[in-house]
Amino acid sequence: MSAVTENTTPVKPLAQRINWVKLAPWLYTIGLFVAWELLVIALQTPPTILPAPSRVFQAIVQYWSPIWKNSLQTLYTTTVGFAIAVVAGLAIGLFIGWSKAIYAGLYPLMIGFNAIPKVALVPILVIWFGIGAVPAILTAFLISFFPIVVNVATGLATIEPETEDVLRALGAKKLDIMLKVGIPRSMPYFFGSLKVAITLAFVGSVVSETVASNYGLGNMMSSAQSQFNVPLVFAGLLMLAVEGIAMYALMAWIEMRMTGWAHRSTMSQ
Amino acid sequence: MPHLVTIDNVDMRYGGAAGTLAVSGLTMKVGKGEFAAVVGPSGCGKSTLMKLVTGLHIPQSGVVIVADKQVTKPVSIVGMAFQNPTMLPWRTTLDNILLPLEIVERHRHRLRTNKKEYVEKAEHLLETVGLKGFGSKFPWQLSGGMQQRANLCRALIHEPELLMLDEPFGALDAFTREELWCVIRDLHAAQGVTIILVTHDLREATFLADRIFVMSARPGKVLKEHAVPFARPRDLEVMYEKAFNDMVHELHGEIASARVVA
Repeated sequence: MSAVTENTTPVKPLAQRINWVKLAPWLYTIGLFVAWELLVIALQTPPTILPAPSRVFQAIVQYWSPIWKNSLQTLYTTTVGFAIAVVAGLAIGLFIGWSKAIYAGLYPLMIGFNAIPKVALVPILVIWFGIGAVPAILTAFLISFFPIVVNVATGLATIEPETEDVLRALGAKKLDIMLKVGIPRSMPYFFGSLKVAITLAFVGSVVSETVASNYGLGNMMSSAQSQFNVPLVFAGLLMLAVEGIAMYALMAWIEMRMTGWAHRSTMSQ
Repeated sequence: MPHLVTIDNVDMRYGGAAGTLAVSGLTMKVGKGEFAAVVGPSGCGKSTLMKLVTGLHIPQSGVVIVADKQVTKPVSIVGMAFQNPTMLPWRTTLDNILLPLEIVERHRHRLRTNKKEYVEKAEHLLETVGLKGFGSKFPWQLSGGMQQRANLCRALIHEPELLMLDEPFGALDAFTREELWCVIRDLHAAQGVTIILVTHDLREATFLADRIFVMSARPGKVLKEHAVPFARPRDLEVMYEKAFNDMVHELHGEIASARVVA
């Protein structure tokens, strides 16, 4: 690097022309895999304990057909559960944020409900709906709708009192204030919560698939595990990570598109 | 002069029978077209006064009469502006200014069909306050002083008979504040609107108002009423005259002693 600092010619050296910030996520990811590979080589861990990433990628290629099908199944249950959570979360959030009395009454119930581990609900869902996609969808829904509710309700509950006074003095009804101020105002909170909710939805669907389904990545990993096919288990984990990142990025993109005004510092630069 | 606002022996208590008494025996009259300023020590119930006149609070005893009607619910003939401009960040400045029209009963039904007329009116107001061409900007693209100008436009768009200003220039620097004093002075002269200005700034009150009410510490009531003798239109230079400074000095003395009593 000392050569770089001494270089005074107008053509910038390669190291300065590269956008390191943009490249960083890829470099760090590659770095992680390289470190993992080296660790496995150094410790000589058997593939049944910790397979090297090269072995995991090999498993992805080898079992591509089941991995692909199960990935789509998990993506399907997650997205459906998440979609229900978005609709229900938005509706309940608006309902709770509507009045202080409803907020006060329902909030403790919501906290208590959220404190219940959703894994514990899977057996009940199985009793009601049998094994398969339905419990997975419902678990994804149950685990992911809470952050949406809380965020929408918070957005509504934190309207500036001055704004409310200005509008009420003009004769605005509660509905007017909600439509003109409350709901637009809670949208950044809502879209922000989607990023949290989608990640949780994956947790819910995979947990349910692991316990009570014949399809999906959760089921695939649990049967691979029972056959000591550890590379395939890791292949499933990798696919989940990829799906999770993709859906998160989609939510972040939607958030930017819908509520760009709330990210004004980044927009004005 | 007919009175637009009459407050007669009003008591206002917050939080039930044992709650704090914010104002007690409050009496004041503001004439139509008059510019009134209310000054007093902090916590003297100036904000309560705002809410009483606009009908956001209904007093426990005494009457508030605005435009010949006793106030029992929010009166839609007022415009309000606070120290915090509270522009909605997802609306452009123009859409922010048009917001009251979407609420006020007599405008909301004809807003859609007569949009052009209203937009013209908003643009004219923007021009009056020196924001010509800024309507399409978002509020967060404007400086604090510009936002406060837009805030005044929003308070005036539905042609209120009464404009209530709660320390609207408190957060601005001295030069911007003086500019806006002139803006509000000219608006008052041009539109003939009645204005009640709540402020801590005695020079602001003396420069702008026809009549100054000095309030006591909590529970607030009017201690003294001053007519401001300076001829209109007033120039900023008036603030350097001896009579002006004497008046500010006198007001200062009265508020200082009201604080001591409290």
